[in-house]
Amino acid sequence: MKRSNKPIFWSLFGAGGMLSALVGPVLVFVTGIAVPLGLLLPRETMSYERMLAFVQGGFGKLGALAVISLFLFHGLHRMYHVLHDVGIHVGAGLKALFHGFAIAGTLACIYLLAVVGR
Amino acid sequence: MSAPAHRTITIECLRYHPATDSRPRRQSYEVPFTDDMSVLQGLQHVKDHIDGSLTFRWSCRMAICGSCGMMLNGQPVLACETFLRDLYPGPVRVEPLSHFPIIRDLVIDQTDFLRKLESIKPYLMPAEDRPVASGTFLQTPEQMDEYYQFSQCINCLLCYAACPQYGLNPAFTGPAALALLQRYNADSRDAGTAERMPIVNAEDGAWGCTLVGYCSVVCPKAVDPARAVNVNKINSTRDYFRHLLMPR
Amino acid sequence: MKADPVKAGAGVKTYVRPMGFWWLRNPFYRWYMLRELSCAFITAYALILLRGLMSLTEGREAFDAWRGSLGSPWAVGFHVIALLMVTYHAWTWFKVMPKTLPFVSIAGRRLSDRTIIALGLAAACAASILVFLAVFLNAPQAPP
Repeated sequence: MKRSNKPIFWSLFGAGGMLSALVGPVLVFVTGIAVPLGLLLPRETMSYERMLAFVQGGFGKLGALAVISLFLFHGLHRMYHVLHDVGIHVGAGLKALFHGFAIAGTLACIYLLAVVGR
Repeated sequence: MSAPAHRTITIECLRYHPATDSRPRRQSYEVPFTDDMSVLQGLQHVKDHIDGSLTFRWSCRMAICGSCGMMLNGQPVLACETFLRDLYPGPVRVEPLSHFPIIRDLVIDQTDFLRKLESIKPYLMPAEDRPVASGTFLQTPEQMDEYYQFSQCINCLLCYAACPQYGLNPAFTGPAALALLQRYNADSRDAGTAERMPIVNAEDGAWGCTLVGYCSVVCPKAVDPARAVNVNKINSTRDYFRHLLMPR
Repeated sequence: MKADPVKAGAGVKTYVRPMGFWWLRNPFYRWYMLRELSCAFITAYALILLRGLMSLTEGREAFDAWRGSLGSPWAVGFHVIALLMVTYHAWTWFKVMPKTLPFVSIAGRRLSDRTIIALGLAAACAASILVFLAVFLNAPQAPP
């Protein structure tokens, strides 16, 4: 019986699921509702200077990478499964596409974090 | 003496005869009932007094044999422990268990499940052969607690009828078979976990599950197959990385 | 998937019912689908952040344009729905979490599923408060 490679993707899916369950709601609220509307937090919280300083710091880099990468691995893994759930035949090709997209997003994030501010 | 006026309820059954039908059809029956009657008793009334051709499985009438599983109003239940009074005024829509091929009327083909049950090696495989003279295995209540609930399965197949992943992919090992696998793996007297891992590790093993969780909701014996399957995702992951880093 | 009306199993003709739109047929399944669809919003949010990061590397003008777009009614509307969906994801995540964990005993008594769920939700609340406070306490003073 062939051993499945699911454990790799499931671990990433699980990490992303846990992270998004813990801080997803508050992040969406802060970046997408509070700050843009100036609700509870001033609009300048996400000013160019402050965001630049944030992602140039070690914690900022790690945080941004963790959120972007793990959210992508979680979301895309599940999206792939939703296709299967609604009856669409999913094979190795679609699997590579969805997980490849998450890998591409992760690599893009690493690159951007490395060059930001230069 | 006039008979007491019974309430009646409409039971609408899916009918299918392999020799005469190209597809299933529905047939309704008006069934007089008392408050103590189960749906199974309602079906037995139909068979005994209205339509003897209605075909269904049943045995113990007390939710232990696992024979009378069927879909009632779209939910998998045991007919013997579901009561007509709770479904009144009805109509009660009765269909065979979802996700299984229909042989006739409410009887489904369970060959696939029986094959899977055999495949998971449902027997104790101790670390070493013990002669009878050495006495019985000893087990603490805590050790029994680790597997006891998984041993309560009555093979009623409600969990398979509940599981959309099994419906979409009949190759999926499925809840009850994996629960029984976990029952043996978790038994302190058993040493066969490694032998059962190939089934767990396969794409259609634990990894066929997306934790819909409906299986554990419908189980009449609180086996919690969802837990049995998903706890093995962690076991499989651990096994995967151990295999990757230390190939034997 | 098309129905296969004739399937030979041990010489017996059987009828196989199609799955069709199975997720619509039972409230439990509908809630499951909603849970699964929350992943689309998690993916979209990550891509929004990635776009923001990219604009940050492009300079002040590009970043301010991205920041401005977040204030549009469409963007805020999306984030309101995303907030609901991500919160629903968090809720269902902790509800199923006990099923993925082996039995845990503390002082001889098994940790119940309800306790594990409560601990998970508490951790999420604590993390949310911590993140919000971290942002709030470091935010610039709003002009009077």
